[in-house]
Amino acid sequence: MTETIALTPERLEKAKEIIARYPEGKQKSALLPILHLAQEQHGWVSPETMDFVADLLSIQPVEVYEVATFYTMFHLEPVGKHVIEYCRTGPCCTMGGEEVYAHLKDKLGIEAGETTQDGLFTVKEVECLAACGWGPCFQIREKYYMHLTNDKVDEIIEELSK
Amino acid sequence: MAESIKILTGNFDVPGIEQLDVYRKNGGYAGLEKALKQMSPDEIVEEVKKSGVRGRGGAGFPMGMKWGFLAKPEGVPRYLVCNGDESEPGTFKDHYLMMKSPHLLIEGMIISSFALGANTSFIYVRGELMYVINILEKAIAEAKAAGLLGKNILGTGYDLELVVQPGGGAYICGEETALLESLEGKRGNPRNKPPFPAVKGLYQCPTVVNNVESISTTPWIVLNGGEEYAKVGIGRSTGTKLISASGHVKNPGVYEIELGLPVEEFIYSDQYLGGIRDGHGLKAVVAGGSSVPILPKDLILKTAAGEPRLMSYESLSDGGFASGTMLGSGGFIAMDETTCIVRNTWNFSRFYRHESCGQCSPCREGTGWMEKVLYRIEHGKGNERDIDLLVDVAKKIEGNTICPLGDAAAWPVASAIRHFRDEFEWHVKNPEAATKKGAVYQPELSLA
Ligand SMILES: Cc1cc2nc3c(=O)[nH]c(=O)nc-3n(C[C@H](O)[C@H](O)[C@H](O)COP(=O)(O)O)c2cc1C
Ligand code: SF4
Ligand code: FES
Repeated sequence: MTETIALTPERLEKAKEIIARYPEGKQKSALLPILHLAQEQHGWVSPETMDFVADLLSIQPVEVYEVATFYTMFHLEPVGKHVIEYCRTGPCCTMGGEEVYAHLKDKLGIEAGETTQDGLFTVKEVECLAACGWGPCFQIREKYYMHLTNDKVDEIIEELSK
Repeated sequence: MAESIKILTGNFDVPGIEQLDVYRKNGGYAGLEKALKQMSPDEIVEEVKKSGVRGRGGAGFPMGMKWGFLAKPEGVPRYLVCNGDESEPGTFKDHYLMMKSPHLLIEGMIISSFALGANTSFIYVRGELMYVINILEKAIAEAKAAGLLGKNILGTGYDLELVVQPGGGAYICGEETALLESLEGKRGNPRNKPPFPAVKGLYQCPTVVNNVESISTTPWIVLNGGEEYAKVGIGRSTGTKLISASGHVKNPGVYEIELGLPVEEFIYSDQYLGGIRDGHGLKAVVAGGSSVPILPKDLILKTAAGEPRLMSYESLSDGGFASGTMLGSGGFIAMDETTCIVRNTWNFSRFYRHESCGQCSPCREGTGWMEKVLYRIEHGKGNERDIDLLVDVAKKIEGNTICPLGDAAAWPVASAIRHFRDEFEWHVKNPEAATKKGAVYQPELSLA
């Protein structure tokens, strides 16, 4: 099992560089960046991954659990290949977000929090993404998609379904 | 119209400004050269004090004064932490600044760290902005290779390591003590104060936390002097401010304005927002991010005394909460007459309920109550007592919590009811009409 939970050698190397950025004895500061690394690799953060990270940082597993459950960016269950996180907050809704997001969910045939049967898409509702004047918007991994319209949503989904 | 002064964004449109050589050719790092080679740390602090620049993260506390509070015990490291969490709805100015001109922030961080005597400094950026974090890291690597970071910067003997730290998705980590907890690898629970970060901050060491925009003013202040900076702006609102504008305006986006600009000019002139979208009229504005009181059109354009309202800390708060608001983080949200204030208030209350860290009961329970009651009203299931109940819950949260998130949750609700009570009453009295898709209360509709 360890093979599936460990970080790739490159990511492990990166994790060690990250740990070295903090003062002596403060390696716990590396927790969030390393959870991001792990999620980048697996798509989500499993209990096994959390135990692995605890080990890497010489901290208790519970210290990782309580952090991973506090921050909304970490997926604690398997997700689809593309996780679409749309901003449901006021300014984006003011700009027509509610209609666009309804269209997105209709198109994929799922509600927020669900994954399409083919495992391609998960849709999640999130709060303000700091792109309010460029809304409605969502993000898929690192990429922001802004000024969304129904047509743009169609294009994006078609592109990612290829 | 006269071009207004640009202290931060003057060279933002130069192609390639995110690259070190382009940034330098356009005057970049001249402030750093001057700071490190010609000034002492105390002299820099003095210039920042003279500038009168106030924290741009929301609270507006004078930056030089904050720097002056930093404890300096022998043999204990000090830290500078830059707050790039930017999660206040309506606010996207730091996102813009870091994405456009990472070296401006980095230059500001080096100058500020030198002034405060820090040898390791952090830029905490909300984790969703991973692409911006990558831009910053690339710029930091360039700066390091050019001898602007690391050991013996510019041959002056000063050492600085600069670390970019990603958050994990939590608005509360913008609160400075929650941010420090998060940076230590913990849940973002705000700390009880005192002790303040200036005495016991990151790793229990003296720490200054400043916003991205605040720190980015320092290269200009060092180059031109604090007095020159203080000449820009109006009264105690010195300098320029980045305003991120969203909502129903023709030109949403980020603008650098001189403080003191009339709100009316900001909204209607083509140089800025260009007015409200075609065929519509302004209804209300949330001027400083979702936490500040909402104002109806009349009160955002003019104070209760009939004076033109200006984009400044003092003018926006003129009238207190009865008829004023706050400049806050500069998240300017404009809404036209198609906006349902009840729905928008419910949306914001859901945000605060979702983002409360849950440590104190007035905030944890109160934000949950407010959201529930507002949901009820918006969905045609409210009754008249609900409106007063909301006012009561908001009052009970205010001032009774560990951190200001509680107040931030209470103010939007209290102010929406203060200024748009008719609209709430219309909802509870006309549930059928109010729950029709897209229905918005029009004052000429009777309150039957
Ligand atoms: C709930 C909450 C969220 C906040 N979010 C931010 C933020 O995203 N960015 C920021 O700079 N300040 C934020 N602040 C203000 C910080 O606590 C702190 O005052 C600020 O970072 C200090 O920097 P400044 O003096 O340069 O403004 C927030 C405060 C609260 C209570
Ligand atoms: S006011 Fe709210 S967010 Fe702040 S500490 Fe209390 S529960 Fe947490
Ligand atoms: S409200 Fe959607 S990005 Fe801010």
